[in-house]
Amino acid sequence: MGTDTLVSVRDLKKHFPVTKGALRRKVGAVRAVDGVSFDIERGQTLGLVGESGSGKSTIGRTLLRLEEPTEGTVHFDGVDLGGLSPGDLRKTRPRMQMVFQDPHACLNPRMTVSSIIGEPLVEHESMSSKERNARVEELLGLVGLKAEHANRYPHEFSGGQRQRIGIARAIALNPDLIVCDEPIAALDVSIQAQVVNLMEELQDLLGLTYLFISHDLGMVRHIADRVAVMYLGRIMELADVDALYEDPRHPYTRALQSSAPVPDPVVEATREKIVLEGDIPSPSNPPSGCVFSTRCPEAVDRCRSEVPVWREVSPGHGVACHLVDAPAS
Amino acid sequence: MTPPTMTEAPPSDAPTAGATPALSVRNLTTRFHTQDGTVHAVNGVSFDLSDGEVLGVVGESGSGKSVTMMSLLRLIPSPPGDIAAGEAVFGGEDLLAMDLDDLRAVRGGKVGFIFQDPMTSLNPVVTVGRQIVESLEVHDPGSKKAMWARALELLQLVGIPAAEDRLRCYPHELSGGMRQRVMIAIALACNPQVLVADEPTTALDVTIQAQILELVKELRSKLGMAVIWITHDLGVVAGLVDRVLVMYGGQIVEDAPVAELYAQPRHPYAHGLLASLPSANSRGTRLVNILGQPPDLRSEPDSCSFAPRCPHAFDRCHSENPVLTDVGGRSVACWLDDGRGLGAEGADWGEPVGGASAEGEDA
Repeated sequence: MGTDTLVSVRDLKKHFPVTKGALRRKVGAVRAVDGVSFDIERGQTLGLVGESGSGKSTIGRTLLRLEEPTEGTVHFDGVDLGGLSPGDLRKTRPRMQMVFQDPHACLNPRMTVSSIIGEPLVEHESMSSKERNARVEELLGLVGLKAEHANRYPHEFSGGQRQRIGIARAIALNPDLIVCDEPIAALDVSIQAQVVNLMEELQDLLGLTYLFISHDLGMVRHIADRVAVMYLGRIMELADVDALYEDPRHPYTRALQSSAPVPDPVVEATREKIVLEGDIPSPSNPPSGCVFSTRCPEAVDRCRSEVPVWREVSPGHGVACHLVDAPAS
Repeated sequence: MTPPTMTEAPPSDAPTAGATPALSVRNLTTRFHTQDGTVHAVNGVSFDLSDGEVLGVVGESGSGKSVTMMSLLRLIPSPPGDIAAGEAVFGGEDLLAMDLDDLRAVRGGKVGFIFQDPMTSLNPVVTVGRQIVESLEVHDPGSKKAMWARALELLQLVGIPAAEDRLRCYPHELSGGMRQRVMIAIALACNPQVLVADEPTTALDVTIQAQILELVKELRSKLGMAVIWITHDLGVVAGLVDRVLVMYGGQIVEDAPVAELYAQPRHPYAHGLLASLPSANSRGTRLVNILGQPPDLRSEPDSCSFAPRCPHAFDRCHSENPVLTDVGGRSVACWLDDGRGLGAEGADWGEPVGGASAEGEDA
């Protein structure tokens, strides 16, 4: 763990029980997150990419203790969140916030913008209503909205503007960490750029640390410092952004990058594509050995029987694959 | 995958643009009469689709992409929808004027349609085999045995493993990618001349999207049909289509071959759209963005609908709506430089502003 590590996750597991019958007998478990470890340095952005069902969102929610982890620990600024009493946990909550995917669903349609943004202030700060209104106005300014928007309702705003309201609410309590769960997936291309610029600007201004969950590899490359690639509840590869995009070592990372279309007809006409066959297997019944072995174009017998261990191929660049050899040292 | 050979498939593997267009749309205008006033969703759209051509239609939500294509087959619910003007000539007949019985033979027959969401466009209580056969019964009836054999052939064609078992499956038993393949199989059932695909891969993961894109490329060269591919993903367009229509505010603002559009977009909106994408070396820089919000379509366009967001707009843009003008190999609707759009130097988006100052004001 580095000296300036804000979040440190070790062997995190989150299994959701599958029950059956009137007695809700447990018959299995959906292994949404199955043994994940990573650190996030203060002021940096960790990108978390993967297909739907790979456990990205569950990691985000478990990190904030919106879900209780089945196993494993989450240290936030040196404190083990799992060991906190409910009261202490509540005192830590203002320091970790979340921005949600769907800007239409995450704002209460019956509340005005000022009460949406002001609600965390009411909960966690003792402010007079005058101070609170001043703070709301300041927050609106920070996210590029106007003070007169404060008394309007969410339906009066476009998707991009609503996402700005969600961001204002998340930064209201001066958090250290913001978990961004697909914050731009529901927005139009030209609006995505606006929101990403805003998030980067706020990061510089307020020293925020982001966990940026996305399936858009291009945007993750733009915003993240380090990137973790997930598949079926496990991290396949974790590296600095340049290393991951220029020298991907895991076959899944290569396939994922190759599947993402490049907005350039010249490149598209010539580049080699790796098209994976089949679908992501069910997390309630993951394949034995390496979870990617059923779709991996390079899989050998060993992959189907033995779970690959995490190995560092270079400092800060880790891969879980049998076919990647650690550097001879 | 070894798909069975298709009947009536032209042998050509790189279809060339024919002289007579397969589909010719002129001045299509669609409105929705709502309680809040009339929404001018499509305003005078004209384009041609050649035989065997893959045409991409890009634009933001609300730009009229889907409404344009649904209007062609009169799939717009009326009221509130109203196709106010225009013609769409397909096989010598105007789809917008023909009587409904004839149109029914075109829908799902000569023109196949793939909808965006494979979860909601399949009937959940009917097996997928039955749903394919249903389309055949309407357009190409034969013996029951022959139709089921054809359904099996189609599922194999779209690359569904163990197709024989899948015929008896209900949609919920299939994954999203498989369901979209079933949708494609239904659309292909009657050997359409034109396939309209409305954001068919938007709801899918990238690795599944790559599978579907490969499949469509393969089918297109095998079956030689023309494809209209509606999307907002500029990456998908780059790899798949021959020609692109860029739509904004219910109008086509640029109509250009794909390589030329990406090399040098002439309309400021097309330019901004391409420039706003993050690239490998955009880290640490601000992304270019188009300021402001998409237009309000509740009034008849009497000026360029992009003018309020355009860094190059001048007086004429605010007073007169530019028409799509041929500028040699492509068409652009822009008054800049006398209606020919941006020059080689591209648009000047100035200091990109995103956060703390931008975003238009019409909440």
